[in-house]
This record gives sequence, C-alpha cells and structure tokens, in this order.
Amino acid sequence: MSPTTGPVLLGMPGRPTTSPRGVGNLRGEETFPQAARHALADAQLRRNLGHATATIRAKRAAVVAERPDWEELREAGRQLKVHTMAHLPDYLVQLEAAVTARGGVVHWARDATEANQIVTALVQATGAAEVVKVKSMATAEIGLNEALEAAGIAAYETDLAELIVQLGHDKPSHILVPAIHRNRAEIRQIFLSEMGDVDPALTDDPAVLAGAARLHLRRKFLSAKVAISGANFGVAETGTLAVVESEGNGRMCLTLPETLITVMGIEKVVPRAQDLEVFLQLLPRSSTGERMNPYTSMWTGVTPGDGPQAFHLVLLDNGRTAVLSDAHGRDALNCIRCSACLNVCPVYERAGGHAYGSVYPGPIGAILSPQLTGIEDNASLPYASTLCGACYDACPVKIDIPTILVHLRAEHTEAHAREHKVPSPESLAMKAAAYVMGNPRRWTLALRSARLGRLLGRRRGVIGPVPVPVAQQWTGTRDIPQPPQQSFRDWWAGEHRPVAAARPSGEPGPAPRTEPDRRGQDRGAGS
Amino acid sequence: MSTARDEILRRIAAAHTAAPPPPLAYADIERGYLTGGEATGEALAEVLVDRLRDYKALVRRVERTQLPAAVAAALTARGVARLVVPDGLPPAWLAETTVDVLRDGEGHRLGVDDLDGADGVLTGCAVAMAETGTLVLDASPDQGRRALTLVPDYHLCVVLPESVCDDVPAGLARLDVTRPLTWVSGPSATSDIELERVEGVHGPRTLEVIVVHDTQD
Repeated sequence: MSPTTGPVLLGMPGRPTTSPRGVGNLRGEETFPQAARHALADAQLRRNLGHATATIRAKRAAVVAERPDWEELREAGRQLKVHTMAHLPDYLVQLEAAVTARGGVVHWARDATEANQIVTALVQATGAAEVVKVKSMATAEIGLNEALEAAGIAAYETDLAELIVQLGHDKPSHILVPAIHRNRAEIRQIFLSEMGDVDPALTDDPAVLAGAARLHLRRKFLSAKVAISGANFGVAETGTLAVVESEGNGRMCLTLPETLITVMGIEKVVPRAQDLEVFLQLLPRSSTGERMNPYTSMWTGVTPGDGPQAFHLVLLDNGRTAVLSDAHGRDALNCIRCSACLNVCPVYERAGGHAYGSVYPGPIGAILSPQLTGIEDNASLPYASTLCGACYDACPVKIDIPTILVHLRAEHTEAHAREHKVPSPESLAMKAAAYVMGNPRRWTLALRSARLGRLLGRRRGVIGPVPVPVAQQWTGTRDIPQPPQQSFRDWWAGEHRPVAAARPSGEPGPAPRTEPDRRGQDRGAGS
Repeated sequence: MSTARDEILRRIAAAHTAAPPPPLAYADIERGYLTGGEATGEALAEVLVDRLRDYKALVRRVERTQLPAAVAAALTARGVARLVVPDGLPPAWLAETTVDVLRDGEGHRLGVDDLDGADGVLTGCAVAMAETGTLVLDASPDQGRRALTLVPDYHLCVVLPESVCDDVPAGLARLDVTRPLTWVSGPSATSDIELERVEGVHGPRTLEVIVVHDTQD
C-alpha cells in the first residue's frame, strides 16, 4: 500500500502521514464556530455543562491540594513523557518482545483502516457475533464500532456514559464522561425508551440509573466471549498493560471473556513499571478528582487459569508519528487523557464537546486533532480558545497547550498564504494596520477618524454587527465599545501644549487639576 | 504484518530526524515527589481506615486474635449464606463462621454462574496503600483468580498489618506487576451522571475491610 519501496524517498523531508480521511471520528462536519452556534443556543446543554464542570473542578482542586508534591509529580510526569517520546522505537520494540514472551500477540496498525481490519479479523476468527467493550478513546478515534457493525458484529459499550451515548444514538462530548451533556432526567428518558428491559418505575436518582445499567449489562458480561479495550499505559520493561476505571465494567471485560483485544496508541508506552507510581497519582486526581479511581487492572500477556487465554495487542499510529515530527506540537502526544483541561476551559464549558467535531474535544483536542488529521482538516480548532492558559495550569504532564495553539494558528496562516495567491482579508487588514501604526502622523489621523465609529454605536454604546465585508466577520461575534470622543493622544497633546500658548502669562506653576481634566483622562485611557 | 511494523518504526525515525528530540536520559528524570512518609504502624492504619471510609467502604478494626470472630460477625451482619473463598485462604479465618463455603482452586474452578449465585467472597490482599485507601489483589493463594472478587456483590477483604504501606510508590515497589493485579479503592462507583460519584455499578457494590492490628502492650 505504501509507495516507499525504494531508497529514493529515504531522507527526503516528505510530508508526514496523517490519519486518513473517510474513516474514524477525528473530523467534524462543520467548523467550530458553526457547531458552537448550535450548542450555545441550547440552554439545557449549557446548564448541564456548567453544573458538571463546576462539580469536577471543585473535586479536583481539593485532592490536588492534598499533595504537597503535586508540582514535582507533574514535572516527573512531563519528563517521563519527553524521554519516552525521544526513545519511542526502543520502547515499542521492547514492549512487543515482553508481551510476546508472555503469550500475547502484537499487531501494528499504520492507520484507522488497518486497525479496524485487524480487530475485525481477530473477532471473526473467534466466531463471535458480538463483543463487549471497555471505554477507549483509541477505538472511538478509529471508528471501530462502525467497522464492526459493517462486518455484522455487534459491539456493546459497557461504560455507563458510553452506554448512555450508544443508547441515545448520540456522540461523545467529553473524554472522561462522554455523556456530560446529558442530565439525569434526560438519561432516565433514554433508558426508558431504549433499554427494553427496564423497570417503568425508574427514577432519575443516579444510584437507581446506575442500578439499571448493572442489570442491563450483567448477562452480557457473564456470557461474552470477546472483549475489546484500550489501554492507559503499556510498560515496555514487563509487557504489562493497565486500564484505569471506576465501575467494574473494565474488570468484567478484562477478566471474564476468553479473548481480549486491546487497541493502544503508540504514545501510551511507559519505560518501566516504577513509572506507574507517577501516572497513577496524577491521573485519578486530575480526572475524576479522586485520590484513586475505584479499579485499576494490570495484566501481562496471558496468565494460565486467570482471565482471557488469548490476548492481542494492536499498536496504533493513525497520525501520531506526524505529531511527533513537529518540534513545537509534539507534546500533544504526552496527554494521558485525564480531561482536566476540558473542565477548566471557558470555551469548552460553554460550547461543549460536540462543537469540536473530533472525539478529542476541549483544549487538548484543539491541539491534537488538527495534528493527527493535518491542519487543513481541522483548521478552525486552534482558534477555539481564548489562550487564557487555564489548561496549561491544570495539565498533569504540563503540556503547554496555549503555545501549541498559537503555533498551529501560525501554521494554518502560512499554509493558507502558500495555497492562495490572493492574500486573505485578515492578512490585508494586518498589513494595513502595520502601515498605519508605522508612523505617528498616520496613527493620529486614524484615531481621529475612528470617532466616526461613534455613529455606529449611538444606541447601545457598543458597536454590534457591521454589514461590511471583513468587518462583518469580526463584528459578527464581538461587540466593540463605542470609540471615545477624544483619543488619548489628542488629550495628551492638549494637556502638554507649550506653556506660553496654554496659559495666560504671569500665572506661575502648573494649574490645579480640575474636574474636566480628570474626565478627559478617563476617556483617553480607553482609546 | 511486519510491513506495518517497519513502516511505523521508519516514520518515528523520520520524525526524530525532522524534529530532533531534546536529550534526556532515563536516569536524569527528576523525581522530586514524595516516596513513603514518616507514618508507621497504627498511624498508617488510621490513615488507611479514614480513606477507606471516605470512599464508602465498611471498615472493622480488630486485633489479630479476634479476626475469626470479626469474619463471622461481618458475614452474619451481611446475611451471607454462600461464601466464595480461594483455596489458599488461611483456614483459621473461617474458624468461627458456619456459612456454606464454595472453594475455588486448581482442578475445581467455580463457573461464572456459581460466582453470580454466591452472596459474597472473602480474600486477603497483597498490599494496602494508606494514602489513597487502595487495596491491591495480586492473585496470591489467599486472593485467588480475578473473577472471584469481581462477580459476587459483596467483597470482604482482610488487611494484615504487614501489608499496609504508606502510598502508591511504596506499594508499587512491593508488587510484581507481571502478576494479574487488581487495585481496589472502595466499592465500584461511577461519576458518569453529572460528575457526581455514586457507589455501586458492575463490580461488588459493597466492600467491607477488616483492618487487623497486633496487640499493643
């Protein structure tokens, strides 16, 4: 399939291979601003998101404050990731050898299509017509459920939130809690209409709803032959894989079926077992705001008499090596999928996860998705941020998300300039601004003419949408304050006229400040 | 198959050529975080009990000699009639209870339906991390295979003083990660509805822990 058969291409700075189009869930159908518009119009959604993100922010802050060494843990996590990415081939080969030595089978998948083919063939080889699934970002990314369905295999999501999404024929909107956009009343309705075997007296008490999910999935767990999971960590040294969860659905899938298939992104490898002491402290506190999540399972290949007796590990690229080839963007691969950056993001909190189009929403999604797909397929995402930096502060492995966002914006602007002979309206505006600001006289004139803008803002004191090309784009989503009557420069010039001209001769010293002066100063500060 | 492997490794090498990563040796990674605290013995056990209760586990504290009575009392209080135990469980732990015991071990494995029909399971644990309230099961003889502590709805777990350690780094250092490990922090739970924690989903909905201490003189 790959044309790189000869030595001709070796060493050439060819374009890195991104995730292919037409498969998986990394691309939305609309741009972020278009999609966000629908979300912002939904008051219920905004209430649900506001409530849930406020709850989790408070929990996270409390358990993070318990650790006096939190910053040291973050730094260790960051350095472990930086080291691992620099030695990725060694650790992947070591992981493969260790898993194989313990009775597992390792597969490599260049992209989503190949991973889906591998998993589908593995399931078909067992003869099973259905599989149970543990929540996994990697399998959501590659669209595995859709691929299995096309092959006539039913995939049952067993995580409560994934179940809510699947039963509601919906899309995930959060990394940790894919159904965060739903409140308890909506979840009750979904269960009543879609579960089939549910008690009609079901209330919307979360404990009762969790109980309904337990009953619904119990038979599936006890009879499933094949399970599919992701992995939070894969230890190169020992071949050990780890899945972190809360409900016990992960334990069910990882323990009871005969065959286990795990899809893991190549960036999830960690060098040694000891390194888990860092990540298992960072992840739960950042993710669910708990000291430790209820269940963590670790397994190494196959253990005779305990758990699945056939184990397959699928190592997935799907654009990750393209991310790795960007010195300014590659830290996006260090993400441990805790979702703390989503919960603190003012943009995510209002727009919700669906607006990002990709299975990776929020700040991390805004830097990861465009790099996995190539910037042209997710060009609006790097702009879906105020660059406030809350995500950087919350990140347990200190990914500098704002800096990467700015880098990707620059990359997008440059790519646009290369592909278009005619400059964009924005770049023309910037050139014009540079011309005006480059000379004091031109700038003073421009400020005086801005007073004309007062005509636009006469009624509300602000300038709303202006129906002129270019200005329309900018003012469509922003209100600009009405320009002041006097610019700061004009006020300053008036204040500092030569003494002789300004004051009647014979009056000594500076005049005491008067009321009109202060008003002028206040106004000037705004210009 | 090997072509995909070669291709991915080649892509990584090309990425490293295009964007050389900063040099950082494994030995140079800064580990300034805490490993193991000052607390020992009783103080550590108190932290463990506090954290277990915080995550809604039931806790009993007993002297070592009182363990069999505490096991019997817990099973009676819960109303357990059929109890799953791994073959290697110390027989003394069951000395004072009269419940039906279903043993699981080499050559006599219980089926999933047996496990599903039982009222509870009794095991020991490999390590208890006080700081996070985490019990680790490593499939040792007193804990058995993973399914035993998963399917029954009630898990009674005995923590001996020698298994208690301070925190995650201290606990991990004591474990062999190539054994099948299950880290348990409270009963099964979910935060999936409005991000509020609710105890009790697919794993055991009730976790009861007997924290044993030696007689103080």
